Amino acid sequence: MTRGRSVRFVAQLLFTLGVCAFLVVPVVMSVLAGVTENYFTGIRSGLTLRWVGQVWSLYAGTIVLSLQIALACLVAALVLGVPIAYVLARRPSRVTRLFEEMLVLPVAVPGLATALALILLYGEWRGFRASWLFILVGHVVFTLPFMVRSVLAVMAAIDLAALEEAAASLGASFVSRFFGVIVPNARYGILAGALMVVTLSIGEFNITWMLHTPLTKTIPVGLADSYASMRLEIGSAYTIVFFVMIVPLLVAMQWLARERSPTKTTRHGR
Amino acid sequence: MDDNAASVRLSHCAKTFADGTRALLPLDLDIAAGETIVFLGPSGCGKTTLLRIIAGLTEPDAGGRVFFGGDDVTARPIERRNVGMVFQSYALFPNMSVIDNVAYGLRVRGIAFAERRVHALRLLGMMQLEGFGDRRVDQLSGGQRQRVALARALAVKPRLLLLDEPLTALDAKLREDLRIEIDRLLRSLGVTSVYVTHDQAEAMALGDRIAVMSHGRVEQIGTPQDIYYRPASGFVADFIGTMNRVTGVRENDVLHVPGGALALPAGVTSAGDVMFRPEDARIVDARSAALRGRIISAFFLGNLTRIVVELGAGQSIIIDTVLRRTFAKDETIGIDVDPDALVVLEGRNPSANVV
Amino acid sequence: MSRANARFALLALPALVVFLAFWLLPMARLVAVGASGPRGAAAYAAIVTDHNYLVSLVSTVVLSLVVTFATLVVSGMSGMFLQRNRFPGRDALVSLLTFPLAFPGVVVGFMVIMLAGRQGLIGKITDTLFGVNIVFAYSIAGLFLGYLYFSIPRVILTVMAAVDKLDWALEEAARSLGASGWQVLRDVILPGLRPALISSGAICFATSMGAFGTAFTLATNINVLPITIYTEFTNYANFSIAAALSIMLGLITWAALALARTLAGSTVAAAA
Repeated sequence: MTRGRSVRFVAQLLFTLGVCAFLVVPVVMSVLAGVTENYFTGIRSGLTLRWVGQVWSLYAGTIVLSLQIALACLVAALVLGVPIAYVLARRPSRVTRLFEEMLVLPVAVPGLATALALILLYGEWRGFRASWLFILVGHVVFTLPFMVRSVLAVMAAIDLAALEEAAASLGASFVSRFFGVIVPNARYGILAGALMVVTLSIGEFNITWMLHTPLTKTIPVGLADSYASMRLEIGSAYTIVFFVMIVPLLVAMQWLARERSPTKTTRHGR
Repeated sequence: MDDNAASVRLSHCAKTFADGTRALLPLDLDIAAGETIVFLGPSGCGKTTLLRIIAGLTEPDAGGRVFFGGDDVTARPIERRNVGMVFQSYALFPNMSVIDNVAYGLRVRGIAFAERRVHALRLLGMMQLEGFGDRRVDQLSGGQRQRVALARALAVKPRLLLLDEPLTALDAKLREDLRIEIDRLLRSLGVTSVYVTHDQAEAMALGDRIAVMSHGRVEQIGTPQDIYYRPASGFVADFIGTMNRVTGVRENDVLHVPGGALALPAGVTSAGDVMFRPEDARIVDARSAALRGRIISAFFLGNLTRIVVELGAGQSIIIDTVLRRTFAKDETIGIDVDPDALVVLEGRNPSANVV
Repeated sequence: MSRANARFALLALPALVVFLAFWLLPMARLVAVGASGPRGAAAYAAIVTDHNYLVSLVSTVVLSLVVTFATLVVSGMSGMFLQRNRFPGRDALVSLLTFPLAFPGVVVGFMVIMLAGRQGLIGKITDTLFGVNIVFAYSIAGLFLGYLYFSIPRVILTVMAAVDKLDWALEEAARSLGASGWQVLRDVILPGLRPALISSGAICFATSMGAFGTAFTLATNINVLPITIYTEFTNYANFSIAAALSIMLGLITWAALALARTLAGSTVAAAA
């Protein structure tokens, strides 16, 4: 009995490792390519940081802009998203459910459509069209539902009404209730939403590609450029920069998820 | 189904889990064909682990062996042991109708559609569930689901029927009703049954024999009467029903306790504690009684009156009486206990038996 | 309006205003533009009437369906394995498998080039083994690989969560009735996973339909619908056709996601 089981285990393990290899090996390859002197000759040509250096000199602007937009997007998502999540949690009704469905629409339709729509409506406003705010607007509309969903999930799970009534009975005004009771109790949702928003903004391409101008380029836009026109080592080094920005965020998200629900499935009597 | 019933033998079966929990200490057990044995105990005592070892869902530690009839089935997983199992949560397949649930075991055995349908319908009839065949599982009440689970387990004509706390999820009234039905069913079918429960009333009503378990060990196996009248350890005595315990000083055939003396049965060698059931204590005339006590409180329960009586020196006992009189607080009464109804545990202080 | 209701309205207003200004109104304009071209409202039917667009639609749908099916199978098997087994390194494996969730389509395309491009790993392997350098990054196979790459991490998490929620007792009950491993899989596990598989399959389908970056980087001659839309808009300045096609595409992806949501609560898909 046990022999048959362990053969199946090994087969499934190998399969899963294969899938993992499929996903991870190219990442490793591109990281290596970004620090190798010459990709065609391989590792033998030596390791170097000059490509990374070149990426910085060519694309520093994109890195700064991406961070700028991501942070602005986060602020917008917090200011817009947390209050409306609160409303959706406290007043569940047909109307609020409709709003919730609506907010998700920018995620349900392809980014391309959202971007085209923005260009067709606001393309004439030259100043707006050419500024980074144009890209920001696309990001906000796309990431807002993630913040709302994340915060709403946490808020809906706690008895907000009871907490608020308790605070109010003790004399707290709405503003002090909101920041002193509601927000702290929703902090896990807010934090998870924040990480999600920043990660999505940094990696957003479909909308940004349509909305960008030569003066407003984000990292993914720059990456597309470099893959098309630069040598492989530079594209790889640029990808390394992207990974370096993304990995800490992903690690933080996974850590946060693990903190929140330490559930382990225990096998019954095996 | 009678001739299909198998006897079960467990040899040196123990179970320690990966995290170090010793769920079951090594035990040997013989179950006769056609017998209904009940594993009774509080949660964590190992009764479910023992059931799962017999079922084939859990492997015993190295050296343990399980035999059905003469066959060594230790290495066989549950799907090849031909048992019928009823789970605590019933585990009815939500994606199948009632009749498909009942017929599932037959389908897996390759029995033709028409034949297994007939068989399943017969079983549903036996469970008084005619007409329920095409219902979905979530349309059934708790009691109905329980009967479907039974029907499904019996459909495959198992050598052994295993029931894991099947009535625990039901309310008290339903539990009593179904207990009677299950008892009738098990007796008429004659299939060997292993029943796990923490409810002693259920155990006493259903079991030909009861194995009382605690902390991975079997404290006592016997008929319900054995367990009740002659508990082998303090744990069993405490777990089953209510048990009075008095401490005293022994002198020949008499135990001197606060409030008087109790006559001991012949041939008792140990000293110290003596136990007896509340219903075995009789109330007698206080003036001529060998043992006297003061009533602390009395509870009229309808079919009997339960009196708490203080003997003295911090010791008190409970008496259940059917006498139709009122008992006043602080009243002194006389107590008499038949020596043969006394339970004397050998050796140590009984309360130390609880590991 | 009561004071509390006024407050709620005020709190919800900023988000709704932003949504209105930067999505709803622009979308309305998009719909209008779609009907404003030389063909008028008939442009909306162009997706099926025009041969080029129909081919684009069909190839996108077929690709998305194949990717969805392959992803469900692959993620199903590995997800189930990972959820049901604990061994050293398992957590690391799960992290590695979900890490590509954050990659934009362009990076995924680059990964495919790393594997199957002219200097790709697979080409090098086949060269060493068979003397032939197989390059398929820029063909439909490469596109498929790329779509698979961003789909697997998404679905695997959903599968693992669903497997976690399966009722043990059902599998044991089936086994107690004599069912073998395959029968348990067919009769108990897959039916139990059905809602999760359908909903994550629908999300996978919607994401693949709307994917742009991957196809853009791989620059294949297969024109998936987003690329067709892009070309119409940027190269040919056919605003009305581009608008009409993107509205139709939006409807398709929205419908797929609506299906997913009705089957399994709320799940939000990130685009690729």
